[in-house]
Amino acid sequence: MTSAQRDLNLAEEGATAATSYLTAGHTLRSWLTTRDHKRIALLYAVSITLFFCLGGIAAALIRLELATPQGDLVSADTYNKLFTAHGVIMVWLFLIPSIPSVLGNFLMPLMIGARDLAFPRLNLASWYLYLAGGAVILWALLAGGVDTGWTFYTPFSTMFSNSHVVLALAGVLLTGFSSILTGLNFIVTVHTMRAPGMGWFRLPLFVWANYATALILVLATPVLAMTLVLLAIERLFQVGIFDPALGGDPLLFQHLFWFYSHPAVYIMVLPAMGVASEIIPCFARRPVFGYRFMAYAILAIAVIGFLVWGHHMFVSGQSVYAGMVFSLLSFMVAVPSAIKVFNWTATLYKGRITFPAPMLYTLGFVGLFTVGGLTGLFLAALALDVHLSDTYFVVAHFHYIMVGGSVMAYLGGIHFWWPKVTGRMYSEAWGRLAALVIFAGFNLTFFPQYLLGYAGMPRRYHSYPEEFQLLHVLSSAGAVTLAVGYLLPLGYLAWSLRYGRPAPPNPWRATGLEWQTTSPPPPHNFAQPPVVVRGPYAYTDGAP
Amino acid sequence: MNTGPATHAAHTPPAPQFATRAQQEFAGSFGMWVFIASELLFFGPLLFGYLYLRLHFPQGCAAASRHTDFWLGTANTAVLLTSSLLMALAGQAAQAGLRRRAAGLLAASAALGLAFLAIKGWEYHAEFNEHLFPGVGFRPEAGGVAQQWPGMQLFFILYFAMTGVHALHLSAGILACLWLALGLRRAAPAGLPDSAVELAGLYWHFVDLVWIFLYPLLYLVGRAGG
Repeated sequence: MTSAQRDLNLAEEGATAATSYLTAGHTLRSWLTTRDHKRIALLYAVSITLFFCLGGIAAALIRLELATPQGDLVSADTYNKLFTAHGVIMVWLFLIPSIPSVLGNFLMPLMIGARDLAFPRLNLASWYLYLAGGAVILWALLAGGVDTGWTFYTPFSTMFSNSHVVLALAGVLLTGFSSILTGLNFIVTVHTMRAPGMGWFRLPLFVWANYATALILVLATPVLAMTLVLLAIERLFQVGIFDPALGGDPLLFQHLFWFYSHPAVYIMVLPAMGVASEIIPCFARRPVFGYRFMAYAILAIAVIGFLVWGHHMFVSGQSVYAGMVFSLLSFMVAVPSAIKVFNWTATLYKGRITFPAPMLYTLGFVGLFTVGGLTGLFLAALALDVHLSDTYFVVAHFHYIMVGGSVMAYLGGIHFWWPKVTGRMYSEAWGRLAALVIFAGFNLTFFPQYLLGYAGMPRRYHSYPEEFQLLHVLSSAGAVTLAVGYLLPLGYLAWSLRYGRPAPPNPWRATGLEWQTTSPPPPHNFAQPPVVVRGPYAYTDGAP
Repeated sequence: MNTGPATHAAHTPPAPQFATRAQQEFAGSFGMWVFIASELLFFGPLLFGYLYLRLHFPQGCAAASRHTDFWLGTANTAVLLTSSLLMALAGQAAQAGLRRRAAGLLAASAALGLAFLAIKGWEYHAEFNEHLFPGVGFRPEAGGVAQQWPGMQLFFILYFAMTGVHALHLSAGILACLWLALGLRRAAPAGLPDSAVELAGLYWHFVDLVWIFLYPLLYLVGRAGG
């Protein structure tokens, strides 16, 4: 580095140090009582990373156990508790809050040109609720764990399980209220806080995606909350709501549970689609193809996503007629999803494409989401589902959506906005390497599981016939690769916080409003309130 | 939903994240509407469970609902409707800048809310004594003869869950009313903005409206059926 460059860097550093949200207060108290959406986003980032590591450890133990056909590492009981811990932590403490509460919290006000979310105190309260929920779930796990699976199916969870079900329910309930408050805040913010000139069809697709997600959070989560309350009542008072022996109906529980938990899949993947829609145009140097269709597709996924829950009960005794309707609706939700994949591809067409780390993660997202989505169609088909239900095929399918889709996109977003969030550049070479390792490790882990499931390996078993061992060993080897891949960003991103090159305001030459302020931004985001005069994605230097 | 020029609104500066006071007030009332939408879905599983009960156990549902206390339920409906009237008047008074009057009306609404809870508590007490509380002690009787329709217990599970969750919401509303009534006794810049009464009113009417649905479901419909 020449000395002139160093002087320039130091000067930039000096300028940001004086004005950024990061330097607005250095005490622990200033962080724990902050109302700045950017700081709350970082509080979320740290806490969900911790829970991701915990959930990952549970996954590692599961894969280790499955390396041999015999159940020799842990007992069947412990195995049940491990996959329950993995599911509960990854769904409610990592995936649901991941992109909305971290990237969404940080970026939504910046992208619409606002000074903060509409209700900053509520935003902080939401983080504390999340933390309280996480603590209670952790308590349940430390006290001996839960063995019901993350789905808490009755009557096992209410009448037969001897584990800490009610405690875990209480924790999930708290995180649910945290989600509702975040969703409420996002909805009101998008409706009331847009900068002058920021019409609905000038919103970046990331904002559209988080807006649609917020609608689902606000309308689906309360149903889960009350369902868990009813479950707790049945368990505590030993009365029949869902237990058939006492005049209840287990299918009733499944209807109520999946009325939340299927839309929850879209809570997890819609924000990921939003991230992809920001990154792909930037590195193809072209406006996103079919902006309005992309926005409508987001809303369509959110709406139709509410009407497909019954495909989880094709073999649970639901009527065949209901099954046919839910099957049809499940096929329909694939249409807007496909529109999005086609439009991302069309955006790339004749673009001037470069492949920095965020783009590699995002392209990985598009490919893996497509595989996960197409295998979802297998499962939406009534007859085929009879063969595939409750097998590893299902496990592979939803991991392609949630890990291959959401986690890849989350990491892509973290890299893309890292300069904006921290004011530092990460190491590009390490970033690309990690993206490739994660992509390879992911496929090695989960593709064999499609084959296992098709061959008849049921999910949630801790021992299996020997002919499945080869595929299980491949999958476990993939899990090790994946673990290395996930540890890499923790290392080089942390390193960049101290040693990274100071980031300019707009290192990617991107067009969003968030890139027009300093990196990192000042406490109230913009020195001057922005006025918006054009739509997003005004990239003009790509080919035609 | 009032965004018109309230007496004090023009003089109070908006919170730092807002550009104008009007924007802040719109965000507040819009947020309350979104919250109410969410609350509606919160009651959803209970109503869905009730639908399931009526479809699968019509006779048990009818037999069980004859055990609820029609007169106490009706009295409570009257109490709650009156409290909503007072709440609406409190909103009008606050809008007109009559803060003391609004505080008084809020306190009166809270008092009626407490009366509702007292009557409800009395009703619970009687039901407990009649062995209508779900669990091992559940033994409904009619004219000294034990009744054993399937679905009777589910009715009472839903009855206690619905009215219990409603009572929790009402308790939150009562606390909000009392807190607002205290806050309104001070002048506007230091005390609460007038628009806070509108928000509390929206919430209160929502809780009232939930009861308007629970009352016929639990006290009336089953009685009328065979």
